[in-house]
Amino acid sequence: MIRLSAIDQQLLGFFARFQAFFFLAWQAFVRIFHKPYYYRDFAIQFDKLGFSSLFICVLTGLFTGMVMALQALIQLKPFAATSYVGGMVAVTMIKELGPVLAALMVAGRVGSAITAELGTMVVTEQVDAMRVEGTDIIQRLVTPRLKAMLVALPLLTIITDAISMLGGYLIASGYGISPIMYLSTFTQFMVPLDYLEGVTKPLVFAFLITMISCQTGLNTGGGAEGVGAAAKRAVVLSSVLVLMCDFFIAKIFVVFR
Amino acid sequence: MNQVTEEQSIRMEKVCYTVGGRTILSDFDMELERGVNRTILGVSGSGKTTILKLILGLIHPQSGRVFINGLEITNRAEAEYREQRKKIAIVFQGGALFDSMTVGENVGYRLFEEGRLSQAEIEEIVQEKLRFVGVEPALDLYPAELSGGMKKRVAIARALAADPEYIFFDEPTTGLDPIGVYNIVSLMNRLQEAGKTTLMVTHDLPTAFATSQRFSLIHESRLAFEGTEAELRDCPLPNVQEFLQPTDKSLFV
Repeated sequence: MIRLSAIDQQLLGFFARFQAFFFLAWQAFVRIFHKPYYYRDFAIQFDKLGFSSLFICVLTGLFTGMVMALQALIQLKPFAATSYVGGMVAVTMIKELGPVLAALMVAGRVGSAITAELGTMVVTEQVDAMRVEGTDIIQRLVTPRLKAMLVALPLLTIITDAISMLGGYLIASGYGISPIMYLSTFTQFMVPLDYLEGVTKPLVFAFLITMISCQTGLNTGGGAEGVGAAAKRAVVLSSVLVLMCDFFIAKIFVVFR
Repeated sequence: MNQVTEEQSIRMEKVCYTVGGRTILSDFDMELERGVNRTILGVSGSGKTTILKLILGLIHPQSGRVFINGLEITNRAEAEYREQRKKIAIVFQGGALFDSMTVGENVGYRLFEEGRLSQAEIEEIVQEKLRFVGVEPALDLYPAELSGGMKKRVAIARALAADPEYIFFDEPTTGLDPIGVYNIVSLMNRLQEAGKTTLMVTHDLPTAFATSQRFSLIHESRLAFEGTEAELRDCPLPNVQEFLQPTDKSLFV
């Protein structure tokens, strides 16, 4: 009986958090179109979320593109098909690895920062102070971060994709692949819907990472230790959900292909 | 004494609040009338700060009712009582100044948010409030650059900026040196002279007696006493006397 009650409590807690997450996500989304827009906060968050992750995304894209090309070339060489390396790198990076790797980098770097910042504001009563001053905290704290991330992550993904193409070419050129040959295979491997998939994924991931980070941060308790635990929880949850959603979005695009 | 109507007071009726299975408040009643400054006394962890948060609607009671100037805020959406809540300002225990903003931006925060005044008008009000609390030179500093006492005074300036009717103080003198305590007490007295009604929660008796006319004492989640200073001192209840003059019986309670 006690065991059942404990399970009930766990389930109730899970569904309550689930409901709270969707409520916050909906409220934050609706507020994108409502005044006040907090342009200054948007610019600060765009700088924090976007530019701060640029270098790490460039490095990730460069080395992933290089290793993709290297592995593809080893597989293609026995079949005298090394000219297809450009297309293989492009389809893998633009559709899958570019969005996922950029999202994982951002989830680790930015998601934890959002949670820690909001969590600290909660435990030092700054969020309560804002509410007392008449501020809508979703509009002030969540929506500018969401807007910044919705713009920044697709841009970071496009940069990661482009740099990975460059990295792939650096390796391919060593195998005598010309730039024209490298680029010409893109159209053989990819259709316009693939490019759309490559941009849709970071938009969904941006929404997930921001909302999980904000939800976790705003529900932080227990002082400094609680802030650390919340940041860790947000990163783990964001990363797992990014990978899960990647599959489902891919599946949806396969259906429409 | 002027007759105080329901529209000029803050009232809690039979409020119960539990968290994690622990009862913080049980059937708690209190009234804060305009012009009558009150202190809520109690040992640490007795639920004093919870009372302030319940009145401000930052948390909601499991049962009972809370009114601000006649409007019941219990179980309403935050947006419905946001205007009513603007009649109240609070000075949090740690100041709760916004880390990413300067002192000036902190003090003018509500005015900037409301957007009714021009930049120049807001700056003038900010400087006036900082002058009132004696930290005008700190205008462009960040909270991390201030001492504990200065943070409290900036928090008071922020509370004053929007000209509220009621100002709540959560342990305003905790962690301050005697000069800091004196400054805060004299500031509270000046606020009261300026027509503000204060509600303070503290366990610091000298500060309480220097700033309030009425007192409520919480003991074991219930209201143990309500009355004036003289009535408090003469109260025969053992819990009240133990709080006023702790003895060995209080050890490790």
